Amino acid sequence: MEIARPASAGTMESSDAYVEIEPREDGLEIQLESVVLDQFGDAIEQAVREVLEAMGVERALVRVADRGALDCVIRARVEAAVLRGRGDG
Amino acid sequence: MNKVVGSIREAISLSGLRDGMTVSFHHHLRNGDYVLNLVMEEIAAMGLRGLTVNASALFDVHAPLLRHIEGGVVTGVAASYISGGLGRAFSRGILQGEVEFRTHGGRPKAIAQGVTPVDVAFIAAPAADAMGNCTGKFGPSACGSLGYAFADARYAKKVVVITDHLAPYPLQGWSISEDQVDYVVAVDAIGDPKGIVSGTTKMTRDPVGLLMASYAARVIEASGLLQEGFSFQTGAGGASLAAAQFLQEIMVRKKIRGSFASGGITGCLVEMLRAGCFESLLDVQCFDLKAVESLREDPRHQEISAMQYAAPGSRGAVVDSLDVVILGATEIDTDFNVNVHTDSSGVIMGGSGGHSDTAAGAKIAMVIAPMFRARMPMITDCVTCVSTPGRHIDVLVTQGGIAVNPQNGELKDRLRAAGLPVMEIRQLKEKAEGITGKPKAVSRGDRVVAKVIGREGELLSSIRSVPQNP
Repeated sequence: MEIARPASAGTMESSDAYVEIEPREDGLEIQLESVVLDQFGDAIEQAVREVLEAMGVERALVRVADRGALDCVIRARVEAAVLRGRGDG
Repeated sequence: MNKVVGSIREAISLSGLRDGMTVSFHHHLRNGDYVLNLVMEEIAAMGLRGLTVNASALFDVHAPLLRHIEGGVVTGVAASYISGGLGRAFSRGILQGEVEFRTHGGRPKAIAQGVTPVDVAFIAAPAADAMGNCTGKFGPSACGSLGYAFADARYAKKVVVITDHLAPYPLQGWSISEDQVDYVVAVDAIGDPKGIVSGTTKMTRDPVGLLMASYAARVIEASGLLQEGFSFQTGAGGASLAAAQFLQEIMVRKKIRGSFASGGITGCLVEMLRAGCFESLLDVQCFDLKAVESLREDPRHQEISAMQYAAPGSRGAVVDSLDVVILGATEIDTDFNVNVHTDSSGVIMGGSGGHSDTAAGAKIAMVIAPMFRARMPMITDCVTCVSTPGRHIDVLVTQGGIAVNPQNGELKDRLRAAGLPVMEIRQLKEKAEGITGKPKAVSRGDRVVAKVIGREGELLSSIRSVPQNP
């Protein structure tokens, strides 16, 4: 799936995450900021990558500002951002 | 005779304050307090150095204190509670030495016994007369009880009352009397009323908070203690207030007349007094305007000192007559040890206050807290900091279940019989981690930045430095 335009999903509320996605020429870049970076940083990045892979996104810049969201919330926010930014939608 | 002097600087100068001495403050003006900053600014301007600040609590409004620490004016800090904004700086190690945390009962005891002697106490007084009789009940900055300041006034070598409402002598309804006061200073304002007390305390609408609160009330109902003469304490947090309101419904419905509610008093407890749930309120600190007004108007609502409230080994402390106390936690471990000093990352953001005093005294000490906050599970294998030892905690209430300390088997049976969702604390921990995932352990610095001293004077915990996070 191609990302055609910048899009976002989520909020900056506690226990949520704000996810932004942008088109990128080549490959995936994930920028992560989190209040639980030390404790869950790796798990969050893995969740983001899994959603992108499952949706077939190969080129995108994804910025995640995490406020302590549960794994299911992170995944839902990433999925929503991808759907909003896709080119074939 | 008249003790009024022209300025804070003159009072400091007359008090004989010198390098290396200890000054004390109380926190009833909370995040609206001007007095600590006014006094420390003068002390710094006078060129004094190496002082210890012993405050019953420090709030974000006291951020200028950090500058005095960096400048060497202040080299020692003792408190019962430090809010998050300042706590972060202490966790980074701004102080060369270690912050000394004591409980609300342990602090006055240490002052009285000369373990932490106070040279000059500064009393922020919403109303005072020219001889130093003072109270928090009246005046534009009325804050209600001055409970934490009593020991400072009684045991400090010199006592300075600072007020923005100088009333004719003799002040009526004083809390601290003139025989303990050396100097009186009038200033324009001792605090910002907006930061001193909140106007209203609202019922939480958070469904997790409401569920925990209803469990908490049902635990009390099932405990066997909810009968004639029942005594109770709770905090001012959303779920604690909701628990008190649910408890009120039960008490009114069952026509149970309790004895007293104690501690920090909110409008919610005032309502319970008026509804006939209690005979008396014992007030060490007012949290809102309704509590201030009630303390002023209603003789059943009585001001108590921190000594009478919670001092261990004294001839009588209210906490020893408590049936049930509801407490919070940032973390609790599988041995029921509770942390209220730091967040899960080890950063200072609170303190014991009366937590361990009431837990030790009450027949049932109940902790209510959500299973996790912002993905951090609340139940751990080992708390970052022991604020209250697990042997004093009887039951943990979360939205996902209730865990009873194994040493209190009778309570466990009673809760089971009442149909409450009782489980082992380890089960509850696994349930939470099933939702959040298991957090990776974070590394801590090697330096000890704070010591947590238990109510009997024993070292409970050492808080280590936390590197500056991005």
